[in-house]
Amino acid sequence: MLDRKDIAKRIAKELKDGWYVNLGIGIPTLIANYIPENVSIEFQSENGILGMGPFPYDNEEDADLINAGKQTITTLPGASIFDSATSFAMIRGQHIDLTVLGAMEVSETGDIANWKIPGRMVKGMGGAMDLVASADNIIVATSHTNRNGKSKLLKKCTLPLTGMKCIKKIVTDLAVLDVVPGGFKLIERAPGVSVNEIKFATEGTLIVEGKVPEMKIN
Amino acid sequence: MNKVVKDAEEAIQDIKDNATLMVGGFGLCGIPENSITALVHSNIKGLICISNNAGVDDFGLGLLFQKKQIKKMIASYVGENEVFERLMLDSEIEVDLIPQGSLAERCRAGGAGIPAFYTPAGFGTEIQGGKSTKVFNGKPHILESALTADFALVKAWKGDSNGNLIYKGTARNFNPVMAMAGKITIAEVEELVEPGELDPNFIHTPGIFVQRIFHGKTYEKRIEQRTVRNK
Repeated sequence: MLDRKDIAKRIAKELKDGWYVNLGIGIPTLIANYIPENVSIEFQSENGILGMGPFPYDNEEDADLINAGKQTITTLPGASIFDSATSFAMIRGQHIDLTVLGAMEVSETGDIANWKIPGRMVKGMGGAMDLVASADNIIVATSHTNRNGKSKLLKKCTLPLTGMKCIKKIVTDLAVLDVVPGGFKLIERAPGVSVNEIKFATEGTLIVEGKVPEMKIN
Repeated sequence: MNKVVKDAEEAIQDIKDNATLMVGGFGLCGIPENSITALVHSNIKGLICISNNAGVDDFGLGLLFQKKQIKKMIASYVGENEVFERLMLDSEIEVDLIPQGSLAERCRAGGAGIPAFYTPAGFGTEIQGGKSTKVFNGKPHILESALTADFALVKAWKGDSNGNLIYKGTARNFNPVMAMAGKITIAEVEELVEPGELDPNFIHTPGIFVQRIFHGKTYEKRIEQRTVRNK
């Protein structure tokens, strides 16, 4: 079973040289720490920056320089800053090569829910609806089950949707899965995790073809 | 063209109860602190506020929620504010949540004279509601209308008396699009200079979008998530 860092490391292996990437809050943010060697990536944050750098050193933080998670950040050489409409033009116009975000639920038809629990949590969707509706290449980074042990990979989402039929790839603490016609296709297992364990943790249809390899993290 | 007013109090003096306001900023970054403070002291009520976020309990728009001066909030993300959440759950405030990109583009469209546009964001979700839909290149879109406001309150780093503005860092965010969409746009700046002192090549908001400008007296610039690394 992978921890949060391992999930980030596995997703980092998907990064290709020259990509512009938008990382959501939580596990996706960690991916920036594991960019493969010889791969040059520019990170976009939807509040209006490309070329986002690491967190600042203590006492060097600037209130006028934050990411979409409202964390203090820095810029890298070659960075640019723009307004919110331009930022979402990059997203909607499919100029961003990869979007990674978290989820509360994903359905086997690629629906995603991650913004609202009726009656309990209503914080708003932020940029998530624009991101999932527009991006071609989206990876969901999430735990396979929620805190109560219930599967997040469902036949059908029960929570209000963030987007419909938009998710194609999911990396969880147990597995890498592709959303294909008919269900979740198991691509890789986390080290030491059996196909049966993954089946047990997946409420939606799990498609297993042949021998499923273990994922390589490091 | 001299658009300079003395201070925030003078700038907001004709904002009436039930006015629609756009308020720039992302979280607490780039918010018009001085205009908000003046509103808090004004007792203007029944405001409809369009802003990406709703501030925190004791800063930003949160100060206006404490005094129940806002009746409706149009935003994309309203976490991080318990006062607001309580008002929302008790139905004491009306809330319209909008995808962030749609919010930005609706402001831009409002300022650019485009009454509506199609976007894929929110299709198949509860945001779609009764909005009309159309398929372009095989992909479904929903029709979103432009937003304008009686007043737009924005904050820039530098400005001149003509209303030209330059923002700093990610404090730019929604400020330029809201400046375009306000019938009266009130800009507050950290540094107010004479025309000619700002390089025209580096103006972010041309002065035509700004009706009033003043030098903000104080800026707390509170940081929501101070995140640092070790040397």
